[in-house]
Amino acid sequence: MLTVQFLLLSAILFSIGVYGVLARKNAVMVLMSIELILNAVNLNLIAFAYRLQSIDGNTFALYVIAIAAAEVGVGLAMVLLIFRNRRSIALDELSEMKG
Amino acid sequence: MEVLRDQNWLLTVGTFLPMVGVLVMLFIPKADEELHKLVALATAVATLGVGIYTLTQFDFDQAGTLQFFADTEWIKVISSNYTIGLDGMSLPLYILSMVVTVLVMIYSWDHIPSPGNPKAFLSLMLILQTGMAGTFIAQDLILFFVFFEVVLLPMYFMIGVWGGEQRQYASLKFFLYTMFGSALMLVAFIALFFKVRGALPEGVEASFSIPMLTEYGGLLGRSAQIWIFAGMFIGFAVKVPMFPFHTWLPDAHTQAPTQGSVILAAVLLKLGTYGFVRIAIPTLPEAAKEWAPWIGLLAVIGIIYGAFGCLAQTDMKRLIAFSSVAHMGFVMLGISTLTPMGFNAALFGMVAHGLITGMLFFVAGSVKERYHTLEISRLGGMLKQMPKLGWILGFSAMASLGLPGLAGFWGEFPAILAAYSPADGLPVETFRTYMIIAAIGTVFAAAYLLWLFQRTSFGEPKPEFSGDGHGDGHGDDDLHDVNTYEWIAWTPFLIAIVVFGVYPQLMFQIFDPAVEVALSAFGG
Amino acid sequence: MLAAEASYSVSQSAGWFLENAWLIPILPAVAFALVIFFGKKLPMKGSELGVASMIGSLVLAVGAAYQWIQRVDDAAGHSGSSLMKAGGESTPFVGPVIREWTWWQSGGVEFGIGQHIDGLALTLLVVVAFISTLVQIYSLEYLRGDRRYTHFFAALTLFSAGMLSMVLAPNMVQLILGWEIMGLCSFMLIGHWWEDQANARAALKAFFTVRVGDVGLLVGTGVLFFSANAWTQQNLGVSGFNISGLSAWAMSGDASQSALTWGAVALFIACIGKSGQFPLHTWLPDAMAGPTPVSSLLHSSTMVVAGVFLVARVYPVFWEGMSIPDTNINFIALIGGITIVIAALLAFVQHDIKKVLAYSTVSQLGYMMLGLGAGAWLAAVFHIFTHAFFKACLFLAAGSVSHSGSHHSFDMKKDMGGLAKKMPITATTWIISTLALAGVFPLAGFFSKDEIIDNVGHNGYQAFMIVGLCGAFLTAAYMARATYLTFFGEARGSAAGEHHDEHATDHADDHDSNDAQGHDDHGHDAHGHDDHASHGPHESPKLITVPLLILASLALVAGFANATPFGSSWERFKKYVEPSPAFVAAESTMASGPGEAIRVVGWPTAAEGGEGEAKAGCSYESPAPGEVCYFPAVSHAKFKWSKGLLSLAIVAAGLVSSWLFSIQYYTRRNRRLVGLTERSRVLRGGYLFLWNKYYLDVLYEKYVVRAVAYPIARAANWFNQNVIDGVVNASGRISRRVAGWVYRNIDQRVVDGAVNTSGAAARGTGEALRPIQSGKVNQYGALLFAAAAIGALVLVIINT
Repeated sequence: MLTVQFLLLSAILFSIGVYGVLARKNAVMVLMSIELILNAVNLNLIAFAYRLQSIDGNTFALYVIAIAAAEVGVGLAMVLLIFRNRRSIALDELSEMKG
Repeated sequence: MEVLRDQNWLLTVGTFLPMVGVLVMLFIPKADEELHKLVALATAVATLGVGIYTLTQFDFDQAGTLQFFADTEWIKVISSNYTIGLDGMSLPLYILSMVVTVLVMIYSWDHIPSPGNPKAFLSLMLILQTGMAGTFIAQDLILFFVFFEVVLLPMYFMIGVWGGEQRQYASLKFFLYTMFGSALMLVAFIALFFKVRGALPEGVEASFSIPMLTEYGGLLGRSAQIWIFAGMFIGFAVKVPMFPFHTWLPDAHTQAPTQGSVILAAVLLKLGTYGFVRIAIPTLPEAAKEWAPWIGLLAVIGIIYGAFGCLAQTDMKRLIAFSSVAHMGFVMLGISTLTPMGFNAALFGMVAHGLITGMLFFVAGSVKERYHTLEISRLGGMLKQMPKLGWILGFSAMASLGLPGLAGFWGEFPAILAAYSPADGLPVETFRTYMIIAAIGTVFAAAYLLWLFQRTSFGEPKPEFSGDGHGDGHGDDDLHDVNTYEWIAWTPFLIAIVVFGVYPQLMFQIFDPAVEVALSAFGG
Repeated sequence: MLAAEASYSVSQSAGWFLENAWLIPILPAVAFALVIFFGKKLPMKGSELGVASMIGSLVLAVGAAYQWIQRVDDAAGHSGSSLMKAGGESTPFVGPVIREWTWWQSGGVEFGIGQHIDGLALTLLVVVAFISTLVQIYSLEYLRGDRRYTHFFAALTLFSAGMLSMVLAPNMVQLILGWEIMGLCSFMLIGHWWEDQANARAALKAFFTVRVGDVGLLVGTGVLFFSANAWTQQNLGVSGFNISGLSAWAMSGDASQSALTWGAVALFIACIGKSGQFPLHTWLPDAMAGPTPVSSLLHSSTMVVAGVFLVARVYPVFWEGMSIPDTNINFIALIGGITIVIAALLAFVQHDIKKVLAYSTVSQLGYMMLGLGAGAWLAAVFHIFTHAFFKACLFLAAGSVSHSGSHHSFDMKKDMGGLAKKMPITATTWIISTLALAGVFPLAGFFSKDEIIDNVGHNGYQAFMIVGLCGAFLTAAYMARATYLTFFGEARGSAAGEHHDEHATDHADDHDSNDAQGHDDHGHDAHGHDDHASHGPHESPKLITVPLLILASLALVAGFANATPFGSSWERFKKYVEPSPAFVAAESTMASGPGEAIRVVGWPTAAEGGEGEAKAGCSYESPAPGEVCYFPAVSHAKFKWSKGLLSLAIVAAGLVSSWLFSIQYYTRRNRRLVGLTERSRVLRGGYLFLWNKYYLDVLYEKYVVRAVAYPIARAANWFNQNVIDGVVNASGRISRRVAGWVYRNIDQRVVDGAVNTSGAAARGTGEALRPIQSGKVNQYGALLFAAAAIGALVLVIINT
């Protein structure tokens, strides 16, 4: 079955995404890494949907894609605003949220 | 259960109309204060209009039946429906919430507390109105819970933003305390649902519907009932508030703006007692019997303790707040007897306390506005400077101490009577002891209220306020007697206190059939 | 007209006035509202409404009384045969005229408000309306120019409305209504001049003390309601609040003795508070802080009489509950007896003329209670009737003295004396009333008080008869002293035309006409004020003297309403007021709940059986099933002149000894100082010689009365002021201190502390977890993924 390959690919994508989120300082790169993670999840969903012959996974994947688009939109808008205010989008310089 | 479904759009309209007003106000710029006041008042009046129409359409011959009943799917996945209806127990409180909102709006016309911002203030009040009215019409536990919680937030902001010196502390305390109670209450609701679902006979669909749960709640075992009742008890008792869950009340009342205090006293406290008579006791009759002596005990402790609290106060508003603890003690004593007379007394007491204590808080607010203090030892001779305000205070104090002929009596007297002969199966001697303690409580009530009246209103005004021109900045302008807005806002309260006091049958005839239905599990 | 044989006679019409007697309290109640809202705009500032409503009530009450008399006469003509067999003394049964409308309901049972008109109610209605009318007319002059003239009349009118609605109450709840309304009005009226904190405190004390007693009223009503309700519903179709229902239940023999006893004791505690009986009488003298017309109304026919009325109203409950016919001492009689003596002794040491009268009222109320406690129902009710006239007259005369004679002072020793010549009308009316109060033949007090004493002895309460006789002696004595000090002897202080400056500030009665806060001054005010400020003592104007004269003439003749010495044809009070103890068939008096608009019980049939022996009637036998009776068969002492003369002699001794003593004590010192002996050596010598005989008495009195009686009275006063009052005050202080402690330590520390601790705990946890919130998104991400990884690991482990 091809399922294992799909899952492997998805795991690799996920790991790359996690690495990106944790290691990159550039906010845009972090956002892109999050996209990778989400796509990894999508891949997983579709793989299982195919395997189980159920439409649910596809539906859910579509849902995730839509949400991801919105998320990227909001995220980029925030990055833009941060850039305007601070002339930088390096995440390690942002710690206003410190409790 | 028999219900009347005619005109069942009425309650939904009456409850959610204020939200329309809020929507309109969202689109009006903040600076246009007059328009905000006008829209808010118009909304409140329109809501009251719907309420009055409801009153005319209500079938008083069947006050024990749920009327304007509507039942629609809401959250199917948890079997919760949008079930609403009105019967004799909820009708007066439903109307009361609308009347109070209108009058408070009128009062707000020239009494927006600092820091201003009528847009936010009045919107919150309208949201509050929806929450209050919704709680009284809800016939589904989840719906009830939602409305019950909707009330919290506007109140939290009203105290926290427009309150006195220690508003942060008071508002947080109010919110957390009530949340703590509701959390347990919600657990109890859910437990009740699952337990009843397990015990239902074939063919009956489980739901959170209160009439359904009332019908089958008795199927539960005793120990299950007792535990579920405990959860509800804490949720409602905090709201009432009963001793020893009352400490949020004096702080919240003292810090809240006048309007907040009035609504808090007039309607919000009733949500707790209403919960007892509508939900906790009818659905769990066995547990109610088991708990009743303890509720009665806490009630009489509250009566005496609240009175002591009052006697020790030096702040007028805090004194009135403590008197609520004592008065709600009478209401709870009536409820704990599980007899029609006790329930009727409790329901009457709720409305009467709402009117009277609401009025007292109005007066306290106006005193504060004029003297800039509520310290009793600094006040005095109010009758001389502001005879009308002084006499209104005296009148409200008399009503509050349960003078026959005024509304307060009909909450107190039958409650005391009922304690002589509680429902079958309750310990008679215990309740008779409660009766005597409660009767002694009326003496204390007279003591603290008249003492308050004597200290603030009789005698000569204190030199700092005697207005001889060279005081400490309190000119004569501040010390004006009752003004037009105050008259408009107060007169309905004053009239209602007298009318219901002179002819209590007006309300008893509405309560009584519904009470008999609610207590049908106790064999009359 | 229905024949006596007809079994149901419910449709019997009783006459318009009787059926509409409920209007009697409605009139003043409406007038009260009108005065409050429109009084200040009217030409006479609302007083005309008050007076008019009282006159209206009086007319209605008199009309009703007239029709009641007709009704009783009719009944006597009707029954004749069957009903008389209940016993030799028994009068025919005349049902009360009852109307009830639904007032409130509970558990499907409706409770009513309405009227219950019988002889007792009518007596009080007429007296209350009458005295109120006169007091209001009197106040027109007395309070002229007062700064709260309108308020005063409003409160006075409401006060009468309260009393009237209580008097005609058909059930306990309405009775409580009237009872408490009076409490409220007494608060407003006693504190009428509340600028002075002392008056405000007196008002609070009055309300509060009465309220303490009211605990008993609430509890007693509850006990009786729940004990009687089942029986009354079953047998009479009325609730356990209903007064005739309660009476019938108490007499039925089915009532539980403990419920009756506890109910009666609880109700009597309320009466102790309201009627100023020992030991709750301390509020009454303080209540003199109010304007004099208020004292007059409070002490003669309303307020304090309410307690006595309550006992008389539901008498069967007390009769059975206290076992009145079977004992020779009980709670009511004991309290009444103690009160008579204690209060009378206190009256001796007062300087304030109104306080003498206040203690006198307390003492007279003791007589009424003693009478009721010892089974002398009729005599006690008759004493309410007569006492109202002469006590109202005395208070109003005292007011007249202060108004026109002593420049608003009530101090007999400082500002009075010798006023008889200056104020002849006031003095005459005062003296007539004093003699009536003392019980001098043939004035009103003789017939009522003597009858109480007589019947108390007759019913086996011999010890209390002696107490009553002692009381009669003391009454005569203190009244003689007060009369002497006020109207005779040397004029002192203001009475002599002097003006003490302190009067302007000392006495609450001062009319401060310059007060800017008051009403607009009207012409009369300043003028009238100057009038008696510039001249010395003078007679009061007509608005004051006419009420005095009317009351005094009634004090003269009221006693003949029930003049037992002249034979039974003079005993009209007995005929028209005392209810019949006859057994009647329950269904013929069956009521039909308050929903029914009108229920007039006509002449019911006599029950079968119950053949009459001499002692038949209620309380000696229990009614058979299906029968009820509403009143116990009280026995009446036969008047004997020997007993009457004995008590008259005692009264005379009291009057004379006190009078002579007063002359010696108060005036003799003056004579020595002024040296009047020089007028005529011979006359003076003879006079003194004559007096020498008396010197024994005087010395005796000086050393016995002054050295023994006065210290006892003083001690009683001290006890009263320090111990009883002290306990009241101390309990107030202690409860405040306890309250303060509980609030500070338990409420604020323990209960609130627990709440705050939980808050602090949450905060501490938050503080501890704070470093995790670094604000770095990457770190949050790391935490998130780490947590997810751990979660996944756990899931894997669990699943494998």
